[in-house]
Amino acid sequence: MSNTNSQLVRMDRRTALKAAGAGFVALGFASTAHASPEAAAEALAKLSGGAAAATSDKITISLPEIAENGATVPVGITVDSPMTAASYVKQIHVFAEGNPSPETITFNLTPTGTADVNTRIRLSKTQNVLVAAVMNDGSVLTNKKEVKVTIGGCGG
Amino acid sequence: MLTRRDFLQVTAATAALLGTGVNIARAASNQAITQDDLLKFNSVGQVTLLNFTDIHAQLMPLYFREPSVNLGVGEVYGLPPHLTGKEFLKKFDLMAGTADAYAFSSVDFSHLAGEYGRIGGLAHMATLIKAIRAQREPNTLLIDCGDTWQGSYTSLATRGEDMVDAMNALGVDVMVPHWEFTYGAERVQELISKLNFPFLAGNVIDNQWQEKVFDSTAHFERGGVKVAVIGQAFPYTPVANPRYMIPDWSFGIRDEMVQASVDKARAEGAELVVLASHNGFDVDRKLASRVNGIDVILTGHTHDAIPGIIEVGNTLLVATGSHGKFLGRLDLDVQNGKVKNYNYKLMPIFSDVIKPDAEIQAVVDAIRAPHQKIIGEKLGTTESLLYRRGNFNGTFDDLICNAIIEERETQISLSPGFRWGASLIPGQDITMDDIYTQTAITYPNVYRSEMTGETIKLILEDVADNLFNPDPYYQQGGDMVRVGGMGYRIDIQKSIGSRISEMTLLSTGEAIDASKKYTVGGWASVNEGTEGPPIYDLLADHIRKKKVIDVQPNTNIKVVGA
Repeated sequence: MSNTNSQLVRMDRRTALKAAGAGFVALGFASTAHASPEAAAEALAKLSGGAAAATSDKITISLPEIAENGATVPVGITVDSPMTAASYVKQIHVFAEGNPSPETITFNLTPTGTADVNTRIRLSKTQNVLVAAVMNDGSVLTNKKEVKVTIGGCGG
Repeated sequence: MLTRRDFLQVTAATAALLGTGVNIARAASNQAITQDDLLKFNSVGQVTLLNFTDIHAQLMPLYFREPSVNLGVGEVYGLPPHLTGKEFLKKFDLMAGTADAYAFSSVDFSHLAGEYGRIGGLAHMATLIKAIRAQREPNTLLIDCGDTWQGSYTSLATRGEDMVDAMNALGVDVMVPHWEFTYGAERVQELISKLNFPFLAGNVIDNQWQEKVFDSTAHFERGGVKVAVIGQAFPYTPVANPRYMIPDWSFGIRDEMVQASVDKARAEGAELVVLASHNGFDVDRKLASRVNGIDVILTGHTHDAIPGIIEVGNTLLVATGSHGKFLGRLDLDVQNGKVKNYNYKLMPIFSDVIKPDAEIQAVVDAIRAPHQKIIGEKLGTTESLLYRRGNFNGTFDDLICNAIIEERETQISLSPGFRWGASLIPGQDITMDDIYTQTAITYPNVYRSEMTGETIKLILEDVADNLFNPDPYYQQGGDMVRVGGMGYRIDIQKSIGSRISEMTLLSTGEAIDASKKYTVGGWASVNEGTEGPPIYDLLADHIRKKKVIDVQPNTNIKVVGA
């Protein structure tokens, strides 16, 4: 044991956490505390022109409950819509409420096929991912899901 | 549950015979319980599912104390498996002092261990399996719910191959994985190629193409019934264990994929759909309420031994404990694609009353013989009960935490809240075999670093949320990280960030300062390149020096909200 006893290393907090058993992925230290559910809400309000956006289970969000790697979290979104000229999804917005800058990505859609998109997003810490679908009539539907970004380790 | 009552009558007679607190010869040697009693069962229907899980590479009989603390929050508060001790005995009509009370609970463990002896042993389990097959060969499926290849010296030394040989010999019909993945992706594929049966993990997809890596379903016909077994790996393997060992694979609960597998199996004519799962009990309880068409979930991962079936809607949940302590038998009468009737019994493998199966014993002996010199080494003796299982520090954990503090000269130590690791009773020798039963992992290095009080709190909060998040889908199924050199208070009802308080450095009695740095040692880091001596060597050296171990239960952790 003694051969490594002196191996005391100074580490920043992030490194120390990694050493701690801790599969620790980007558990945001970027002082995001004052960021962003508010910023996300603000951006959403802009989309709906201030009208209250309805939470809808027409939006299905596929996200892991616990991220395997916060730096690249797969997200899939489908919106139940006929996607015809008369009724279709114009835009899908993804907001990461806990990220320093919550507006993550916007998809622009045309009235064809299905409203089904996939991408990967970066999540700085445990947070809600908010999805807003802007319909061709200007109405806005939303849904959200919590994703945990965890230190990991210790699973039995 | 006729059979359990039958068994209880036998064991109640045992208790009457023994009286209480009288140190007489073992119940086993009095034949108060017998192999025939264990096997007694009223067969039902066409299909017999035999099930064990989380054997953690334990080939030999052992002692394993069930938890005295196993708390549930939210909707599962006070529900099995979140009942322990006397509450547990009451719930399942078990009488204190009986063989069943010994097998299923922690009450009076050390004393009862002396009376009823070691439990488990693969050759002993094999005897029961073969006896049941002899009666119901065309009806029987043997299902292993995983954590099979890891947890012993021989499994580590052979990188899981000993257990592949043992399970092939035992005639397992299908398995699912978790700790299996800690040998790395390549080794997992190698070992799968040596298996005589399917390795199912429908919830594992490759990162690049989002395609399934393993089969999700295996089809059987038993007693004229078409049976589909769907397999689910531990959903948080890349979070709870090193992701760098399986970098291309992504996991997750993936309800919708389970539902798709169920629907496909039904469409293909399955009359009985079984989910062999390493999700953990609470996750499976929730999953059963969200996925339609599963008849039986054979649960694993959280090591719960539940003497009866838990029903969720039309789904039957089975929980068969860990470490080879139990064999579950579920007989099913299947009519028109539905379970019409069933009978269940969870049989404790009382090794002293079961004649070990010669064929499997030979396999076990052949596995262990080449390593006997190492695993047989006596390092010391324990004067106190050493155990790990339970939500917070067990005495074996405290021994490990103390060893890290002393050997690596740190103020604080952290040890993972694994649910595996056998127990040693007072007076027992501590052998190298026992050390590996607590520590045999492929990422064993004991790091030494500096952490601020804030960081230490962050770690505790994070792990506590993995255990006490009210939504089981956000839990990882391990117990709380074990802490040495520090006391703390935890309110399990609070949310992440506010559960942990009153962190105290035990060496000085001072409160932990968020901005001050402390030296911390720990093992089982999931990060690549962690440096330091392997935990098993460190612990063995420590016990060799101490010779006699005496660790009393930890009183430095205050739990509230339970």
